[in-house]
Amino acid sequence: MSFRAAVITFPGSNCDRDMAVAIEQVSGSAPLRVWHGDAELPDRIDFIALPGGFSYGDYLRSGAMAANSPIMRSVKAAADRGVPVLGVCNGFQVLTEAGLLPGALMRNASQHFICRTVPLKVENAQSLFTSDYDVGETIHIPVAHHDGNYFADDEALDRIEGEGRVAFRYAENCNGSRRDIAGVLNAAGNVLGMMPHPERAIEPAHGGTDGRKLFEAAIKALA
Amino acid sequence: MKIRVLVSLKPGVLDPQGRAVHHALEGLGFESVEDVRIGRTVELDVADGTSDEALDEMCRKLLANTVIENYRIEKVG
Repeated sequence: MSFRAAVITFPGSNCDRDMAVAIEQVSGSAPLRVWHGDAELPDRIDFIALPGGFSYGDYLRSGAMAANSPIMRSVKAAADRGVPVLGVCNGFQVLTEAGLLPGALMRNASQHFICRTVPLKVENAQSLFTSDYDVGETIHIPVAHHDGNYFADDEALDRIEGEGRVAFRYAENCNGSRRDIAGVLNAAGNVLGMMPHPERAIEPAHGGTDGRKLFEAAIKALA
Repeated sequence: MKIRVLVSLKPGVLDPQGRAVHHALEGLGFESVEDVRIGRTVELDVADGTSDEALDEMCRKLLANTVIENYRIEKVG
């Protein structure tokens, strides 16, 4: 059975094609491309990806407008049913603004846009997205963001950590994120938001392939 | 009815932009500045009779992110 993924495109998304290509390379099936203005996702979706970019020009706050797009109601309903949802970069910002993940992404502490490959430490290797990694393993994944500084209050951070919901931490904190958090899971473990771009580390020509296992794990989890 | 919504970062939330501006003010010789916090003003023109509850809901649902921001609603006329 083919892997039926959906990649959502918002006005201003710019990593949607990269995400679609990565999913097709790893799964062998081209994902469905879904426009933000659609009210419903296609039927029988196995995996939803919210790509990076600058949805709505980052108006108001990064991800704030996209979080209220018509399609997000359907994405929330799918997430509640347990469909895996991956938000990368702006997609992570959209998931926090939509209330599907805790916390918020603020301007990088340095005020600079960061675009480079960073080392990440795998914190949770049991989720459907991370089960092909080892706990404590260091992987290298590119980041490219201005607003990647993860914030949640102490109580929320303690809860997230206590529940094992930190998927990845920065081995070197590049943006000021609290407790070095680079990727967070929801309570049920089927929604992952992360600032680094696993879809940009799929084939050797990308300079690294450490992102590939994330998609492989998600595909395996479905099978 | 004109409404002004003032959105500010919660105390304790790091404001890198405010810090950079603080630094720039010091560079201009304004040494008395002790802290700078940057927020946002949203001006709304709403129908007369729009309820306080509706205005509050607008802030909570979109205009402010209550994870990191506080908001204040002012009626300006």
